[in-house]
Amino acid sequence: MNIAVLLSMVPDLVEELEIAPSGVALDTQWLRYLLSESDDHALEQALLLKERYGGKVTALALDRGEAEEALYTALARGADEAVKLTGIPEEGWGKRAAAAVVGAVLKESAPDLILTGVQAIDDMDGHMAGALAGILGLPFVGVTRSVDAPGAGKVLVQKEYPGGMAAEIEVDLPAVIGVLSAPQPPRYVPVARIREARKTRTISEREAPSVAAPEGLVIRRLFKPEPAERAEMLDGTPEEMARQIVTILENRGLVR
Amino acid sequence: MSTSGQDVWVYVEHLKGEVLGHTYELLGKGREVAGALGGRLVAVLAGSAVQPLASTLGVADSVLCIEDAGLAEFTPEGHGAVLRALAEKDPPRLMLFGATSAGMDLAALTSATMGIPLVVNCKEIGIEDDRVVVTSQMCGGKLLGEVETGGNMVALTVLPGAFPSQKGLSDRAPTVQNLPSPVPLEGVRTRVTRLLEPEAGDVDITRAPVLIAVGRGIQRQDNLPLAEELAGLLGGAVCASRPVIDQGWLPLTRQVGKSGMVVKPKFYLALGISGASEHVEGMKDSELTIAVNSDPRAPIFDVADYGVAADMFDVLPILTEELRARKPSAP
Ligand SMILES: Cc1cc2nc3c(=O)[nH]c(=O)nc-3n(C[C@H](O)[C@H](O)[C@H](O)COP(=O)(O)OP(=O)(O)OC[C@H]3O[C@@H](n4cnc5c(N)ncnc54)[C@H](O)[C@@H]3O)c2cc1C
Ligand SMILES: Nc1ncnc2c1ncn2[C@@H]1O[C@H](COP(=O)(O)O)[C@@H](O)[C@H]1O
Repeated sequence: MNIAVLLSMVPDLVEELEIAPSGVALDTQWLRYLLSESDDHALEQALLLKERYGGKVTALALDRGEAEEALYTALARGADEAVKLTGIPEEGWGKRAAAAVVGAVLKESAPDLILTGVQAIDDMDGHMAGALAGILGLPFVGVTRSVDAPGAGKVLVQKEYPGGMAAEIEVDLPAVIGVLSAPQPPRYVPVARIREARKTRTISEREAPSVAAPEGLVIRRLFKPEPAERAEMLDGTPEEMARQIVTILENRGLVR
Repeated sequence: MSTSGQDVWVYVEHLKGEVLGHTYELLGKGREVAGALGGRLVAVLAGSAVQPLASTLGVADSVLCIEDAGLAEFTPEGHGAVLRALAEKDPPRLMLFGATSAGMDLAALTSATMGIPLVVNCKEIGIEDDRVVVTSQMCGGKLLGEVETGGNMVALTVLPGAFPSQKGLSDRAPTVQNLPSPVPLEGVRTRVTRLLEPEAGDVDITRAPVLIAVGRGIQRQDNLPLAEELAGLLGGAVCASRPVIDQGWLPLTRQVGKSGMVVKPKFYLALGISGASEHVEGMKDSELTIAVNSDPRAPIFDVADYGVAADMFDVLPILTEELRARKPSAP
């Protein structure tokens, strides 16, 4: 089975987000882009499938932020090929435009299975997995916690629902799956292995094809919510704050 | 793209014969928005033998009820094909979906197949001079975007909890329009084979009066006993956000949030949890919430009653010590 995994880079929330002077984009000067968490799980899911059933895993990323690091890491973790799409505008694309570009590339390579995270923290005008499925006309299920391939020509996924429920769904291949999490935590590779991949492996580069951008939305402004609109913040030393918590609990009859 | 009317459609989500609570939040807001647009509010109910559910959707001007064995269980492909066919015939202005497991799949797919814009995770919807203006939440609640959509059809996914469900409830009997599926469903390439119930046997966190909730800030599985001990002292249980469950440190039954449990304990202590909407929707109705987070801007502080901006490993041992000292049996 040929599996393509799409890796998208999203802002690192450990850094303070700054809004660009335009007011409608993030100030990229202060941004660090990291691999989106559910894409990390999508890669793990792809590698699990490959280990179990054989096949080939190709990781694909738009050239943004630490994309190269993510691609070398993917190779070190077990991906067979890594592709970087270049020619991405500085401010990036909306999700639907990005999906149109990636969709054009995947249409050519025609993998059996396309895995990507179900949602990224910077999604605003869409989610990648569903958008890709729509563009490619492929069957699609998102919010999965496991993907298995017990029979030929199809995958068996578990889609999560509220309250701990899930549905088991059979999906004919080729298909797009939006992964929420893999059945096991993304594997860790030592930095030395990633460094080695940087020396011995290559990332193939491809100019992003130009495709008609889907009708967009007008972003009027990006803004940060007022902090702590609701909570009454306790202050003092950790001891003092811990005692205040105890007092609050006592006043509510919660200390037994 | 085809020009659209002014109607507002709400996709009705249901699971195991019950309409999801979130659908009523959409209907309540949809009612208001349809009024401002001068259109009708239409509830789209697709499934098999779902007509009895229509009686709970009286806030809508009409219910489009599409029944077909092929729609019995949700698949983005099957339900998406039906929705698309209906919307192409009688285009609405706005399609509202929950930002839920089914809603986000369906909205993303429908937006791409129909070529209509989509704004996800909306927490505000307004009408300004016939323009639909929405606020979308991003970056785990640390960023908001105000977006204007054009004059044609647009799809939105709406965050659970953004609007009150009260306004979506009504005793009125709705007008129900029964339709067969407008498209054949035999060729659908996705098939639900079974529903999986949550694993039983572990602690039922929905019944615990006190919950000590740990997030990624707990850092290591070795640190869990710190939370367990506190839970023991307060007669409660330990629950967690998704990353802790994904690491396999606690079973799925302990997960609070969108794909976990919805809990309403007397006391919820959030330790090292950022407050992403997917987590918050599972705990926002707790009677008392105290959050400990080293980041003073963490969105969890917008939900908590009391906030402690500090390292949990500084606060937790003292809190446990103080509570242990208050136990009558304490040595
Ligand atoms: C479809 C879907 C469904 C989802 N369902 C769920 C769900 O059911 N439940 C759920 O929880 N999530 C769910 N998520 C994931 C959700 O989006 C967030 O990723 C998740 O809730 C984040 O968990 P967290 O707050 O523990 O981690 P993070 O967001 O990484 O936050 C960790 C926090 O800990 C703080 N911290 C770190 N160290 C310390 C310290 N020493 N002391 C104090 N604070 C510290 C940091 O400041 C940070 O705020 C879902 C996502 C999707 C896409
Ligand atoms: N549903 C699944 N999806 C992907 N990989 C799986 C799944 N179930 C098991 N695996 C992996 O397949 C490998 C072999 O599993 P098994 O054949 O069950 O011993 C293990 O590494 C498992 O982690």
